[in-house]
Amino acid sequence: MNKASPLKSLRLGLFVLAALVIYAYGFQVTDVNLDEIQSETRQTRLARIIRALFRPDLFEYEHEEFQVNTPISVPCPAGGVLPTPRPTAGEPYLVLTPPCADPRAEVTVEGFNFEPNTVGPLNFIPPSGVSLTMANVETDSDGHFAISARLPNRPSEEVQTIRAITRRNVGAPMWSQNARDTWSKIIETVFLALLATTLATILAVPISFFAARNLMRDVTTSLASTALAILAWPAGILIGASVAGWVGQASRMLTASLAIHVGAIIVGPLLIWGAARWAVPPEERRVPTIWLRLARQAALLVAVVISVLALFLVAQLASDLGAALRDRLGALGFLGEFFADLGDIVSLLIVPIAALAAGAVVGSLASRLGQMLNEHASGGLWYTLHFGLGILGGTVLGLLIGGAIGWLYEISDPVFTRALPAALGGLGGLALAVRTHAGRPVAIGLTIYYLTRTILNALRSIEALIVALVMVVWVGLGPFAGALALALHSIAAGSKLYSEQVESIMPGPLEAIKATGATRLQTIIYAVIPQIIPPYISFTMYRWDINVRMSTIIGFVGGGGIGFLLQQNMNLLDYRGASAQILAIAIVVATMDYISSRLRERAI
Amino acid sequence: MLSVQHVTKVYDGTVRALEDVTFDVSKGQFLAVIGLSGSGKSTLLRCINRLIDPTAGRIVFDGVDVTAANEAELRRIRRRIGMVFQHFNLVHRSSVLTNVLSGRLGYVNPALSIINRFPAEDVHKARLQLERVGLADKASNRADELSGGQQQRVGIARALMQDPDMILADEPVASLDPVLAHSIMQYLEQINHEDGVTVLCSLHFLDLVHRYANRAIALNQGRLVFDGPPDEIDDQRFKEIYGKEAERVG
Ligand SMILES: Nc1ncnc2c1ncn2[C@@H]1O[C@H](COP(=O)(O)OP(=O)(O)OP(=O)(O)O)[C@@H](O)[C@H]1O
Ligand SMILES: [Mg+2]
Repeated sequence: MNKASPLKSLRLGLFVLAALVIYAYGFQVTDVNLDEIQSETRQTRLARIIRALFRPDLFEYEHEEFQVNTPISVPCPAGGVLPTPRPTAGEPYLVLTPPCADPRAEVTVEGFNFEPNTVGPLNFIPPSGVSLTMANVETDSDGHFAISARLPNRPSEEVQTIRAITRRNVGAPMWSQNARDTWSKIIETVFLALLATTLATILAVPISFFAARNLMRDVTTSLASTALAILAWPAGILIGASVAGWVGQASRMLTASLAIHVGAIIVGPLLIWGAARWAVPPEERRVPTIWLRLARQAALLVAVVISVLALFLVAQLASDLGAALRDRLGALGFLGEFFADLGDIVSLLIVPIAALAAGAVVGSLASRLGQMLNEHASGGLWYTLHFGLGILGGTVLGLLIGGAIGWLYEISDPVFTRALPAALGGLGGLALAVRTHAGRPVAIGLTIYYLTRTILNALRSIEALIVALVMVVWVGLGPFAGALALALHSIAAGSKLYSEQVESIMPGPLEAIKATGATRLQTIIYAVIPQIIPPYISFTMYRWDINVRMSTIIGFVGGGGIGFLLQQNMNLLDYRGASAQILAIAIVVATMDYISSRLRERAI
Repeated sequence: MLSVQHVTKVYDGTVRALEDVTFDVSKGQFLAVIGLSGSGKSTLLRCINRLIDPTAGRIVFDGVDVTAANEAELRRIRRRIGMVFQHFNLVHRSSVLTNVLSGRLGYVNPALSIINRFPAEDVHKARLQLERVGLADKASNRADELSGGQQQRVGIARALMQDPDMILADEPVASLDPVLAHSIMQYLEQINHEDGVTVLCSLHFLDLVHRYANRAIALNQGRLVFDGPPDEIDDQRFKEIYGKEAERVG
């Protein structure tokens, strides 16, 4: 039985006391100030804002203006006032009491027969003709108003004029300027979020596999293979970048004439297809000879180089065509612009992507070579390779990290950027070599897993708003900065969510596909991807939803979208304007929420 | 065909799931693996195609040392060993045909299979296998729309797609009713007789062992405690395999 003991009661009492202290401290640091809330001016201000928020500035009307004049002498003339002309029946007129007065005196102005329920200014017109506003008038339902206002300090011999102007809305309501601005900005917001989400998803999906423990756990290699891969990656990146750059230059020779350009785009894919057909046979029962394998690799290499060339050509063509279309399509010119931009983006991205891909290919080739050496070498040779490559790999890794540190902290002292990191890396490699000298594999998969996780967690903890501040500095004010910021944040957040989905898939099918002799990539495609499609779709929709919400405030720091407009109106104290933007945000967010929940239902 | 030599498996440095297990299987045998729950049957079967790496010992399949194989060699070994699972382990959201075709993954070119392209003869063969297990009309259904018995038949078709020399079946009928259990066992028997495929099958029910297997091995806490024809399992042997408690319950 659970008996109440004095010790237990004491613990509960202490707990309550601690909670009390925590909340008291919370009140203090958050400056909870009830006096301020209750003060009169604060309350009227709040009321004004709330009322404005419920009257969004969305519509405006054409105005019809009425002007009614009445003469006035300031000050009263010596010979008495002129009699005011009697108003004609039914026409609007003004009555002044008194009919003349000293400057700065109060007069009462009454209006009769005006349009009912209209508003407008009451002006004083001196001989100069520059009108001075005395007050604003508002007619009642009978078309009458009475207001007392102070005359301006404009004494004159001449008779001056008081003019009441009233405006009446005519015709159908029209969207106000504010409404139109809100519309264009909310569209910008939605598409900014769409672009950011798309970009983030494309990158987050592959990253999420590296951050999934169940996929990475079993990936192990020998030390020699790891070390060779570390050596080969940078070399591959350099080779890839320079070959792609060289191909890009070569492509410029082909784009000089349109006929050659288009011809090359047609011939290129045929060559690629032919090479790929020969180099990638559909099914093989026996292991092909080494020479055949080498020849196939060479053919594939040629196909890849031609592909890069073809990509450059296509990008260039898209860019040229888009630019031509932009000027011809009129209202649809943005489509041409889009093609042109797409072309430019592709030609910009080819080199880095080719560099990374080459790094990956050369790295994996080197890793395989390492695995082979590890299996076939024995005795002294094995030890030489194992320790030699371990130390060399560690040294190179140390040098790479040293270079990064040198760049980040602008250190030029080679002791810190070269010697020390190289020595530390070499020692690390040696230590690993000693640890694995009995043939124990290196858990490269788990290493990559932890590395990816750490980077993702660090990235994720930086709010998109802060990333936007950095991006604004980099690419300038505007929606592009916002899209980049949201994309970066979404990559980190998305990868984590996705990888958790990968970790929670059923292990059975994975095991079954592995047992058929499938490669790692095939296992992912046949056993992992089918299982994660529904959650991926639903998370992507959810992410878009979040990004729409985020992009409404990213404008506050200059990241484009509706936030910019909202902030501007807030600063101008135009709460009715701001209200329209808040309304737009609410509608879009609610719609997104609805659509995404419907789509998520469909996807499962 | 298969030689398991002094295989030991220790999980996490503490759980001794297999303890010095040694036996040989000759071609065409139907070998039942029996033992209590937790005795190491699944572990043993998974060590044979190295879904689990044994801690010590050697496994030789058709003259090739499985335990020493590198990744590429291991894939070539695995594609000749079909596997059937207690929970079928189909990919639920994929079609039945894709599930069957995935049995070919060890043979087809990885570059083509990643875009879901299989050679025409493989597709033809997959349809033949589906016909053989009586599911020709279900080819385009999603795998999770099938009943348990149907799913297990798809699992068998997938294993057959591998042109296997041996099939490992880990309690293939434990989640099916007795009638379905017999029909699934009959498919395995047919494959064993007609195609000459060696079958290693872990089973819970002794009557199934008597009916289908021509040899049985028994595990108790990871140790091999019996190896012989099923009808040699008398009361004395039964007690050795399943322990004293089993008598009281059974
Ligand atoms: N991944 C694992 N990690 C740790 N221990 C495990 C793991 N898999 C199995 N074991 C343990 O190894 C022992 C043998 O398990 P195994 O699954 O091979 O038994 P089994 O005979 O197949 O049982 P069942 O009939 O219930 O399927 C059990 O004690 C189990 O708890
Ligand atoms: Mg089991």
